[in-house]
Amino acid sequence: MEKIIAGIPVQVNEEGYLTDFSQWNQAVGTELAQEASIAMTPRHWEVIAYLQKEFKNDVPLSIRKIGKSGVVDIKEFYQLFPMAPLKTASKIAGIPKPVSCI
Amino acid sequence: MNESNGDIKKMMIILSKATLENVYAAFVLANGARMEGIEAEMFFTFFGLEAIHKQKLEHLHIATVGNPAMHMPTLLGGLPGVEALATHMMKKEMERIDMPDVHEFLDILKASGVKLWACKLAMDMFHYKKEDLYEDVDGVITVGDFYKQGSGVGTHMLFI
Repeated sequence: MEKIIAGIPVQVNEEGYLTDFSQWNQAVGTELAQEASIAMTPRHWEVIAYLQKEFKNDVPLSIRKIGKSGVVDIKEFYQLFPMAPLKTASKIAGIPKPVSCI
Repeated sequence: MNESNGDIKKMMIILSKATLENVYAAFVLANGARMEGIEAEMFFTFFGLEAIHKQKLEHLHIATVGNPAMHMPTLLGGLPGVEALATHMMKKEMERIDMPDVHEFLDILKASGVKLWACKLAMDMFHYKKEDLYEDVDGVITVGDFYKQGSGVGTHMLFI
């Protein structure tokens, strides 16, 4: 379905995840973050950039991998994105919902 | 539905067994709750205490006897080395699917904000001291304390 985010029409699925990453830009990410009550800081964007890099390399994301990323540890990850961090951060990053259980 | 609209707000998970498959089930459920934005607390009681006992947590085994899902005759499951072999094979599979070992899993749970409680009665029974436990255990408490921790709307309890 189509949704207007940051003034531009983007394709999202029924849970609000972007279905076409090429439609993502930082303004879209900022608005998606606001919907999740998160005020983005440079630290948030560093983590988002890491998630997007992993997505482009087809690496499935998990909390364990985040902890070993060298970019952010698990504790800080939960502080940056307090509610359901991996899902919330993935949504802001414009990448699909992670399917990992760990 | 009640005032929480049926949403799960907090999972209180009681682990009473030390077999690897049960320990992992409890850990995955606690971690999975946090990943969904649900609070999680764990209560380690009876043999479940071994999962947070420093000297024992690295040496947990899966059960090959009395476990019909192993598809192994009970007599064979009881032979020396069979349990160790089955455990070794399971650990290899777990590493393949990116499952951490018990100690690392505890680290992940703590970093994710899961509270870990040891059962006072079981600690007394096994003559364990707080120093014997994984360093980030939140405390040694009674059943009553644990219930108090779980008070509030939208709390669910799970016994493993």
